[in-house]
This record gives sequence, structure tokens and C-alpha cells, in this order.
Amino acid sequence: MRRVKDVIQTRMSRRSLLAGTAATAILAATGTVTPSLADEVNTTGLAVTDDTVQVGILHSVTGTMAISETGSVQAEKLAIEQINAMGGVLGRKIEYIQEDGASDWPTFAEKAKKLLVNDKVAAVFGCWTSASRKAVLPVFEQYNGMLYYPTFYEGLEQSPNVIYTGQEATQQIIAGIDWVSQEKGAKSFYLLGSDYIWPRTSNKIARKHIEKLGHKVVGEEYYPLGHTQFNSVINKIKLRKPDVIYAIVVGGSNVAFYKQLKAAGIDMTKEDPLLLTISVTEDEIRGIGGENIEGAYAAMKYFQSLDNENNIAFVKAFKEMWGDDVVIGDVTQAAYLGPWLWKAAVEKAGSFDIDKVRLSSPGIELTTAPEGYVRVHENHHLWSKTRIGRAQLDGQYELIYETAELMEPDPFPEGYQ
Amino acid sequence: MTSIKSFMSRQELIGILVIAALLFVVMPLAMDIFRLNLFGKYLTYAFIAVGLVLCWGKCGILSLGQGVFFGLGGYCMAMYLKLEASTPEATAIQSTPGIPDFMDWNQITALPWFWVPFNSLTFTLAAIIIVPAIFAFIIGTAMFKRRVGGVYFAIITQAIAAILTILIIGQQGYTGGVNGITDLRTLKGWDIRTDEAKYILYYVNGALLIGVLLLSQIVLKSKLGRLLVAVRDQEDRVRFSGYDVSNIKIFVFCFAAVLSAIGGAMFTLQVGFMSPSFVGIVPSIEMVIFCAVGGRLSIFGAVYGTLLVNWAKTTFSETFPELWLFGLGALFIAVVLIFPNGLSGLYRSYVAPLVDRIVSVRPRTGRPDAPPPAAGFGAKTTTKPAE
Repeated sequence: MRRVKDVIQTRMSRRSLLAGTAATAILAATGTVTPSLADEVNTTGLAVTDDTVQVGILHSVTGTMAISETGSVQAEKLAIEQINAMGGVLGRKIEYIQEDGASDWPTFAEKAKKLLVNDKVAAVFGCWTSASRKAVLPVFEQYNGMLYYPTFYEGLEQSPNVIYTGQEATQQIIAGIDWVSQEKGAKSFYLLGSDYIWPRTSNKIARKHIEKLGHKVVGEEYYPLGHTQFNSVINKIKLRKPDVIYAIVVGGSNVAFYKQLKAAGIDMTKEDPLLLTISVTEDEIRGIGGENIEGAYAAMKYFQSLDNENNIAFVKAFKEMWGDDVVIGDVTQAAYLGPWLWKAAVEKAGSFDIDKVRLSSPGIELTTAPEGYVRVHENHHLWSKTRIGRAQLDGQYELIYETAELMEPDPFPEGYQ
Repeated sequence: MTSIKSFMSRQELIGILVIAALLFVVMPLAMDIFRLNLFGKYLTYAFIAVGLVLCWGKCGILSLGQGVFFGLGGYCMAMYLKLEASTPEATAIQSTPGIPDFMDWNQITALPWFWVPFNSLTFTLAAIIIVPAIFAFIIGTAMFKRRVGGVYFAIITQAIAAILTILIIGQQGYTGGVNGITDLRTLKGWDIRTDEAKYILYYVNGALLIGVLLLSQIVLKSKLGRLLVAVRDQEDRVRFSGYDVSNIKIFVFCFAAVLSAIGGAMFTLQVGFMSPSFVGIVPSIEMVIFCAVGGRLSIFGAVYGTLLVNWAKTTFSETFPELWLFGLGALFIAVVLIFPNGLSGLYRSYVAPLVDRIVSVRPRTGRPDAPPPAAGFGAKTTTKPAE
């Protein structure tokens, strides 16, 4: 095989080129006896051999985001191990190259480029914050890579080089607000969040939807990431008496926010007012403490406590691999879907080529997802159910409600921009 | 040769030639384009480190806010590139086509007035130099005229870095917030993301750095350079000699600011985005570390220090993604404990004598190390510089 190629390269007369091509074609045809000849399933020079395929894992394992992203890394490694145990992807074992984004967006861009240009990985599972995704996006588009992005996020994006395995904003928000207004009769809302694009865009959609339902927003405020003094907003909340506190506080600020809410006498178990969040998963509750957030509602697509076969097996395997005291949040589960969705797309395409994987991705179904059934939409987001959970003292959510149908992902929602 | 000798000793000439050879010959041959582009990114930090050598090493003004100027330069460049990337065709999906995407996400419907001039490349290039210079001038005048110095000045610069970061993050409709200004594509229609463009930008960056080193060398060897050192060592004596110390300090602070801004602009061009994570306190302190590792008295040392620290950062983190920060920490501790004068200190005590023996086989009389007399610059100074 190699010799034939050398001939082509050294003697460029048209006749020898034609002869060479014919020879290659014949070799390729006979090669189909073993269906997994590396050159066939990989025509673009990715890191694929006859036995292995390399992928990248790109999350922060140091810095402020490490606490959130570690779960995603663990989930991706678990999925990769399970896929390998089942025989890999197109008969190839997955090997991963892990890089640290260090909670620093330029570092994410640097490492993404390294994975794509130097390591030529077939797919990357990674990123967490919107800022890191925005930083790597041009890199993935320029070098034509494939990113599986696990976090629920603000939408307004649809890249051919990204599969979004978390929910986009409308999926999380609309079902949640419909639920509180129908089931709890909520009429007035106080919106608050950390000051960056995801909470702002989410609250924008929330406000439009609240007003569409004929209800009222009585306050909307933002605090810088890492902010720890929420007393003034808590006082305003007490003054304006909204039915619902709609909170999109992110990261370490959560600890201060919920502790101060409790200290100020707002008892969420009595639902006066009720608190609905889209940003606190089981991971965050570990920091906040179950006693401080007990009674709050969360709208997302996955809770560790989901009672179905897939999830029970997933939680068991996760704990076997990473220890009994881990918790699994929404994003961790979404990260777990990444390698499985990629495997399904590669096998459907019969090739690791990025372009073919992209084309085969829409319509991919996963019946084994811990959250239940998911399907990839034409717009590269997932059809998924939205669920409401209520925080318990032990740091778990109790499932209260789930949408009957899968919610359609709509990253550019008409009438909400 | 006399004109060169007037501002550069033989040692320093060799130093600059070695850096030039490293930048223009060795690195492009030794590295593929990906590594070279990374190396180019490190070199943009070297601009800051060189500025810090003048400002901190020579004149004794420790600024913990150089990220501010790096950011200003970088943001000016990014604003121009972003406007060019935000054509109405490219942004047709937005509610308001033709403005940068992050403005659209923040419900801004018209280009803010201070963005408008950045449609012009000439204005942008001028702004990269002038905006940080004016900003540094205001800070410098406010501080040095009132004789604020030392630790107080360092703390104030740090506060400014914090304020600017908060401002950028808070005004995300105008600045892109935490995400920064991303997805930059072309400069006057020239795609800056191709490999070819990366090579060209790398060489432009290298040439600018050599230019900056030469300029710094001229400043250092001039009368002003001697005054800088004098201000550091005996501020009062300089003042009693009739010089306005604050003007000297303001000048060097502005000079360092402009160098940082040039680095910032080159950074944006090579990396393709700018974000507040280069403006704040942590990156500003990191920049001081680059300078310290290199040895804060040598502009060449600063370049090597920057390269070493960043290379170590990349290599450690690629090899040990979960432990690399410890490796980097160990490097810094080693610098402080084992070679407090940084790389240039090591060079001076171990390598330089060797090089000297080889280079000056026919030594002229006396001390080969002594700086040449400052002939061309009216040697009015009576005190010998402390170095």
C-alpha cells in the first residue's frame, strides 16, 4: 500500500498516476475483507489506526471551574470505558488525550487547537462555560473538529462543529415557568442571576414568557461572578413579595446566596415565596448544603434520583468507578451522552470523517440515556424532556413533574429575542 | 559602528543578535506552525516584560496593572477586527444585522458611538498607542505629581486592573463581557486565521519586538536611562539636583504602557480573540512574574523569562493536566530561592564571563564590562549609574 503511494508521489506523469490510482482502488476493494481498514474510515488524516481512535477531553481540572467540570470529565471517561468494554467504535478502542483548560478561556482555545492540529483527534468532549465555548468555537470551525458540549446554555448558537448535549435556554425555561404558573398559581416573579451571557439571555426569555402569560416581573438583577453579598436583593425580595424567586446564580456565589436567604427567614419549604432555579444541580448543592436549599425547585432535564433502568445502571457504574460519595448533576449526565452520541454517529456514517459524522448526527437516537430517550435535532441540539425537581435535605432532588413530550430545541426562538 | 557603540555594548549587541537569530531562524525551523503560533503568543507577553524592566527594574516603579494596558491595546485591535467580521451578510441571523453578535444578544440595536471610529484601521492603529499612553499619563500624573510611590502605587495599579475588569464584564453589551470579543476573522480582508497569515504575523511580531528592544536600549543608554536608575536608587538626590522626578516617572510608566499595548494588539491578531481574563489582577501579577524570572534588570532576560514561564506552563499542563500548577509553583519558588536575579542573573554570574573570554580575545585595557561613555548624549550626568 505504502509503496504504491510512493510511486504516485515520485512519478507524476499522468499515466503512472492513473495506474497508481487503479492499483489503490483494487487494493482498497480487496481490503474490504476486513471492514475496518484505517484509510477507509478516515480519509482526512485523523488519529485513527486499525485498533484505536484518539479523542480529546478538554475541561478545567484546575481553577475555579474545576469543581463543576470534574463531574463531566468523570462521566466522559466512564462512557469511554464502557464503549471500549463493548468493543469500541467501528472495532477501535477509544484512547483519550486529556487537556486542562484551567478555567481560562484563552487556554481553552490553545488546547483545542493543540488537540485538533497536533493530535488530530476525531472528536473532543469538553468545555463547560459559555465563555470557553465561545473561545474554542472559531478553532473548531477553522480546523473542522467536532465538539460535544455538555452544559445547559443560552442558545443563540448553532455551529456545524458542535453537538450540544445539554439543554438550550428555552427548553429549560418555558416548561419551568409554565409549571409554576399552572400548578402553583404564580403571578409575580423576581429574576436574578450572575452577570454574564447565560443568566442574562435566560432571564430575557423568561421575562418574555412571563409577560406572554400575562404575569408580572417585579424585579431583575445581576451580580458579578463570585459575588457574596446578597442581603440587599433579599431585602428587596421581602419588600416586593414576589410569588417566585427565579434564580440563575452560578458557581461559588450560590453558597452565599442560599445561606443568606435562609438566614433572612425565607423558608423555601413553605413556598413563600417559591424559589425556582435553573442553575443549581446536585453538584452545587454539595457546596450549598442540603439544609440551606431544602424546598427549592429546579427545572432541568436530569436528576440523579430519576427512577428508570438506564439511570439506575448509570448511577451504579458511576459510583463504582469514582467512589460512593460522588453526586451526579444534570451536566454530568449530559457529558456522559457525548461519547455515546458520537459512537452512534460514527457507526451510522461508517466513518470517522468529521463531515460524515456531522451529516449522520441529526436523527441519532439514544434509548440508553440515563435521562431517558434523546434524539439529535437538525440544529445539533437534543430533543429532551424537562423535569422539575424539589431539593431534599440529603442534597438530592425529588422528581415532581416531567413534560409529557420531548421538548424541541430552539436555539433561535422567535418572539423571544 | 560608533553610532551603535554609543548605545550598545558588545555584549548587548550579541544579546540582541542572539534573540533575533532565535526568533527569525531557529524557532521557525524547529517548530511546526501550531507551536510557532503559540511561541508568537508568548512573545506578545515579552513586550510587557520589557516595559516592566524599564519601569520596575530600572526605575523602581512596580506596576501590578500592566494587564490594563495589554488589554487596552488588545481591545482596540479586537474592536476593529470585530467590526470587520460583523458585516450585515455575516450577521443576517441577528435581530439587528451589522453590529457585533454580543451586542445583539444584549438587546443593543445600534453601534455605540465609541465603536464607530474603530471602523478605520488608521484610527485603530493610532488608538492602540495613544489610548494606553493617555490613560497611563493620567494615572501617572495623578500619582507621581503627588509623590505616591512604592507599595501604594502598586496597590493603586492593582485596583485599576480590578476596576477595568469589572467595568468590562459589567458592560457586556458594549464589551462582550466575560466572553470577550471572539471570532475575529480578517484584517482589511486578509484572513488572519490561515497558516500563511500566522507566519507573517509571527515575523511582524518578532520584528516589532526587536524594534522595541532597540528602542528600550536607546532609552536606557541615554541620559534619561541614567536618570531612571538614579531615581530608583536615590530619588531625593535627583530631585535636589534640579530634575523633576515625577516627569521621569510619568514618562517611563507611559513608555511601559505603550509597549504592553503593542503586545496586546499583536496578541489579538495572533490568537484571534481578546477577553477580560488578560486585564485583571492575576494576569497582571503573572506579567510581573515573567519579568522577575527573566531578571528584572535585563531587557533580554525579560524576553527569555517570558518564554520560559509560558513554555513551562504549556508543557507542564499538557503532560500533567491535573498537577501542572504545582510544577509551575515550584519553578517560581526556585527562582526566588535559588536565583533571585532571574535568568539574567544566572547569565551574568556564570555565562557572561565565559562569553567574554571567548569574544574579547584582544581585550582593550581595563574593564570590558563597563558601559561605554555616553558620547552622543551630552554627558552632563556627574553620578555614575549604580550598575
